[in-house]
Amino acid sequence: MNLAFRDIRHSLGRFLLTCLGLSLLLGVVLSMIGIYRGLVDDALVLARSPGVDLWVVESGTRGPFAESSRIPGDIREAIARMHGVVAAGAVTYQSVEAQQAHGKLRLYVVGYEPGRPGGPRHLVSGRPITRSHYEMIADQRTGLRLGERLRLGRDTFTVVGLTDGQVASGGDPVVYITLLDSQILQFELAPAAVRREQARGMAVGYTDTVNVVLARVASQVQADKVVDQVTHWKHLSAMTQAGQEEILIRSVVAQARKQIGLFTGILLMVSAVIIALIVYTMTMDKLRVIATLKLIGAPDRTIIGLIVQQALAMGVIGFAVGALLISQFKDYFPRRVILQPQDGLVLALIVIVVCVLASGLGVRLALKVDPATALGG
Amino acid sequence: MQSSVIPVRTESPPAPLVKLRGISKHFGEGETRVDALRDITLEVQPGKVIGLLGPSGSGKSTLLNVIGCIVEPSNGRMQLDGEAVYDDRWLRPDLRQLRLEKIGFIFQFHNLLPFLNSLENVAVVLRLAKRNRKETNERAMELLDYLEVGHRANASVSHLSGGEAQRVAIARALANRPRIILADEPTAALDSQRARIVMDLLRKVASEQQAAILAVTHDEKVYDRFDQIFHLRDGHLDE
Repeated sequence: MNLAFRDIRHSLGRFLLTCLGLSLLLGVVLSMIGIYRGLVDDALVLARSPGVDLWVVESGTRGPFAESSRIPGDIREAIARMHGVVAAGAVTYQSVEAQQAHGKLRLYVVGYEPGRPGGPRHLVSGRPITRSHYEMIADQRTGLRLGERLRLGRDTFTVVGLTDGQVASGGDPVVYITLLDSQILQFELAPAAVRREQARGMAVGYTDTVNVVLARVASQVQADKVVDQVTHWKHLSAMTQAGQEEILIRSVVAQARKQIGLFTGILLMVSAVIIALIVYTMTMDKLRVIATLKLIGAPDRTIIGLIVQQALAMGVIGFAVGALLISQFKDYFPRRVILQPQDGLVLALIVIVVCVLASGLGVRLALKVDPATALGG
Repeated sequence: MQSSVIPVRTESPPAPLVKLRGISKHFGEGETRVDALRDITLEVQPGKVIGLLGPSGSGKSTLLNVIGCIVEPSNGRMQLDGEAVYDDRWLRPDLRQLRLEKIGFIFQFHNLLPFLNSLENVAVVLRLAKRNRKETNERAMELLDYLEVGHRANASVSHLSGGEAQRVAIARALANRPRIILADEPTAALDSQRARIVMDLLRKVASEQQAAILAVTHDEKVYDRFDQIFHLRDGHLDE
């Protein structure tokens, strides 16, 4: 005869309400972990998209995402001619805010050379960029549709292809345009600014600047060796794909990661305190029952079982409902929430441990109950 | 200290189920010392229903708690069902098991577990004694029928009347066939008719199962149902 189950059944409504409250709390914990996973994935998706082995940036920098990097566009030719490099492409990255009829649209613009590394790996609809100017591939998250026109800077672009899941580390959806267009967008001054610079005696008009050169190396060549050659002979900074991902995780999303990690930890502690209080209150409500059980000869393990089993049931049901809620509503979050089975499993184990520890307070109270309380007098 | 041996009168007395020799219990020390029981000597034979009377604070409940192995006496000796359980110290470490095997408790307000139905409230004692499910259910049902509440076997505690609940509580107290039944004001929450029914049931149990029943009571209307009545005054026991 399972006393814990019988007691839960007796006050089912109250128990389920408690579980619901706990499930919301655990759902928030799970969503925080999912937001963190989404943050890391968003940060890496742009770096992984070109499918390259080597990132060449301005000397002394760790660009293009962690730091600003500007190198001449013709560096791409020099890199492409290096031993072991099979393909190289120059790329620019910039954030822009485009004006639409229904409001402003924040975008992360990637300028690449069609046919060379740096463009989108996969299109969900439409076609790649085939013209030198004014064509755009946009991610579905922009809300843009094929054939739609959008003004960026002083030029208007037509959406010819759509990608899915392409976002920058800040969460802004990515659009791809040609390198030439992006250089104009990023570096070409407005006519008034050109006149001002000319008046100051500055040279203007040179826009062949890029943020990074991406390269693929032959399968038999180690990317590290090419990195060493680039650093030594070309007076540039270079890193492998793994190095770039490491920078993104350690630098670009490090603070957000710590913040979310700390917040998740605090939420877990709050959950532990709340579970402990609920179990303690539930035990307080049962003091006379516990005294009666002791009086009729129930061993301590029966009484401990009653309390711990209820705490575990509360934790497991709370977690299951919380996980279900988050899995149903994760797509409504402004940023991507990625729920991984292993994260859920780890959180479930933590919840079980927390429930067992939190029930300690109730167990301590129950074990101190004097069986004579049942008799009174 | 006053000492009194008060055996229950029988033609040829069988071995007592409850045997107390010089049991004392005090709480606190020095100026705060309270002597709840003073040198109590008592024997209760099988089949007898004994009443314990006394004003509030006279030590009735303490005596019941001592016999029920809930409160440790300060000194003296105690035998339950022929087994020495106390001799200036507990002689058995597993007092809860002792209670489970030998003692049944009946409370003033039935103290049924609210989350179990009538049958389960009786069965829980048998399950604690590790009886199998079939035997448990049969015995619990048999007891409920014996106490004429079998038709309420599946009723939740909150749906039982006061008399029904007390009879289920008696069934629970009898579940493990205890030789000693301790009752704390078993009729206090009942009207006089139901109180007499409950006391008659206890007499029936004592007679048929050769159990010893000790009941603390203030209920004058059931005094005639006791075989013997003892008075506790300032910790002393008198007939």
